[in-house]
Amino acid sequence: MIRPDAELLLDINDLHASVEDQPILKGVNLQVRAGEIHAVMGRNGSGKSTLSKVLAGHPAYRVTAGSVRYRGSDLFELEPEERARLGVFLGFQYPVEIPGVSNLEFLRVAANARRSKQGLEELDTFDFEDHVQEKLQVVQMDPAFLERSVNEGFSGGEKKRNEILQMALLDPVVAILDETDSGLDIDALRIVAGGVNQLATPENATLLITHYQRLLDEITPDYVHVMAAGRILRTGGRDLALELEKTGYDWVDKELVAQGVA
Amino acid sequence: MASAELATVQEHGRAALERLGLPTRRQEAWRLTDLKRLEALARLPLSSAVGSSALPPAAAGVLRLVLDGQSDPLDGVALPDGMSVLSTAELEQVLGHTLDRCGCAGSWPVELNHASARQVLALRVRGVTHPLELVFTGSAGLTATRVLLLVEEKASLDLLQVLQSDVASAHSHVLEVHLGQEAQFRHGLLATADGQPSLMALLAVEQEPRSRYAFTSVVQGWNLARVEPRVVQVDGQATTELKGLAVSQADQQLATHTAVRFDGPEGELDQLQKCLAGGRSHAIFNGAIQVPRDAQRTNAAQLSRNLLLSERARVDTKPELEIVADDVRCAHGATVSQLQEDELFYLQSRGIAAADAAALLLRGACQEVIEHLPAAAEAWGPLERVMTGLSQ
Ligand SMILES: Nc1ncnc2c1ncn2[C@@H]1O[C@H](COP(=O)(O)OP(=O)(O)OP(=O)(O)O)[C@@H](O)[C@H]1O
Ligand SMILES: [Mg+2]
Repeated sequence: MIRPDAELLLDINDLHASVEDQPILKGVNLQVRAGEIHAVMGRNGSGKSTLSKVLAGHPAYRVTAGSVRYRGSDLFELEPEERARLGVFLGFQYPVEIPGVSNLEFLRVAANARRSKQGLEELDTFDFEDHVQEKLQVVQMDPAFLERSVNEGFSGGEKKRNEILQMALLDPVVAILDETDSGLDIDALRIVAGGVNQLATPENATLLITHYQRLLDEITPDYVHVMAAGRILRTGGRDLALELEKTGYDWVDKELVAQGVA
Repeated sequence: MASAELATVQEHGRAALERLGLPTRRQEAWRLTDLKRLEALARLPLSSAVGSSALPPAAAGVLRLVLDGQSDPLDGVALPDGMSVLSTAELEQVLGHTLDRCGCAGSWPVELNHASARQVLALRVRGVTHPLELVFTGSAGLTATRVLLLVEEKASLDLLQVLQSDVASAHSHVLEVHLGQEAQFRHGLLATADGQPSLMALLAVEQEPRSRYAFTSVVQGWNLARVEPRVVQVDGQATTELKGLAVSQADQQLATHTAVRFDGPEGELDQLQKCLAGGRSHAIFNGAIQVPRDAQRTNAAQLSRNLLLSERARVDTKPELEIVADDVRCAHGATVSQLQEDELFYLQSRGIAAADAAALLLRGACQEVIEHLPAAAEAWGPLERVMTGLSQ
């Protein structure tokens, strides 16, 4: 839902970032307001995951120029955990397995870290179990997954559902979902998309990184951006995604040449 | 049980120690050992006082025996059905047999124990009986304890050994276990200390066919520790599971030397050893697997996973595979790494502060082994013990 007067949640200006001294992001500009859903598409290696990790604060990525303001303040002044507590959520493309750490305990610690920042009371083990049962419904996840170690031995699709469960528990302001749809079967895709739609409100915003129109049939984006060579090359409405489905990315090369980038 | 029968064993042990002298660096099995500390241990007088330490209440249904190397652990104890004490004649027959079979008779830690132990706790187990907990306490000086268990055919036993040296300066322990056919033995060793005392523990287990042995060791906080589980599958066809965790800090040296030999076909081994080394500490793992010609169709897997928690810590890990049989599956692997940046970041990205994330990962790494301890371990808060070691 586009409302020009809605709060500007994320303001990315000319963002440059490197990994191992290799420039990856080369001037990203993007503004996200409350209530909006943005789809970010683009070829493999164009920098989509890099953008998401830079926003979440991964230590391997170095910001070399530009700025990001989150609800008015400098995002890069904040530690990764502080960003999370303030409502920045990253659903990972490849969620990490953490053997020996119980999923339930992990979810509780994470949820409480966010809750205390929101001024909500922290939940003890018992109250949390009730709370999490409710959220499990959002992704129709089997409670048995709570008893296991974080993501350990989860199938690709199960890991993605676990990400959305975390999103439901953390009640984010800006959720960045990096290819949450890949690896999901047709039913799971609907369930996960349903979950994301359920969690979207006029107060928060979602950045969906995806390769496929399938997801965008379920979650209607307000904007579609195409990333190429570390920048956002083109922005349009939902029609842009439909067009990409037909034409592919061949035009990207021409446009990069035209802009003098490649 | 009593000292009289042990007089000859003691004499032999003392003579052997004289003859052997201290181990040297030229001996492969002792190459990495801090010999100064070993020498200090060897010079300790035998402890004479009876130590006392506060113990947490035993878990319900668990039979707890306290061994201090001095008093009779069975004093005032009624053994449950299925558990009985070996007669002197029986003991004379079997004592040392498993050590022989496991190829560790005459080794330095065994002779040290022979020379020092004043008693042997020797039990026979039939059928399914109560879980057993052996708590070892000591006082200043060297405390030596020796235990022998005969787990009969089809019998099943859960044993937790707790060594917590808050008072003793050093502990020498030798355990011999014979598992009859189809016997089940779940065995835990929880050996935690505060950084001062030393530990020499040798655990020899003989397995008859179709028996199952699951051993979990958790070792933390000794100035010098050497834990040696030695297993022989006398006719193969048995199952052995070894899980080990060693957590070292400061300038501690913790060594785990395991040896599993398959003296027959179709044996199975599943082994995981983990070392977490912080400070300037040194963790050592040596994992011998012997598969002689007769041990066809053996299936063994050994994994050694190690975490270096500081730049000055050191981990030495070495598989020692001697495989002669040709139709054998033997997988092994070793990794040494630091806490994974991606795991830390994943936790941080969920609002968990960096230090808490690191602690959570370490708990997880320990828990992977600790969760396999027998149920009786719960009463001792094993995870908390190990984590205090890490946060010092
Ligand atoms: N840690 C890293 N070390 C080296 N190169 C990296 C690292 N992370 C990213 N890159 C490089 O940065 C570029 C962008 O990667 P990124 O993961 O952001 O792409 P993506 O758009 O998410 O691709 P995909 O659609 O395949 O997920 C790639 O060329 C990648 O190899
Ligand atoms: Mg990606």
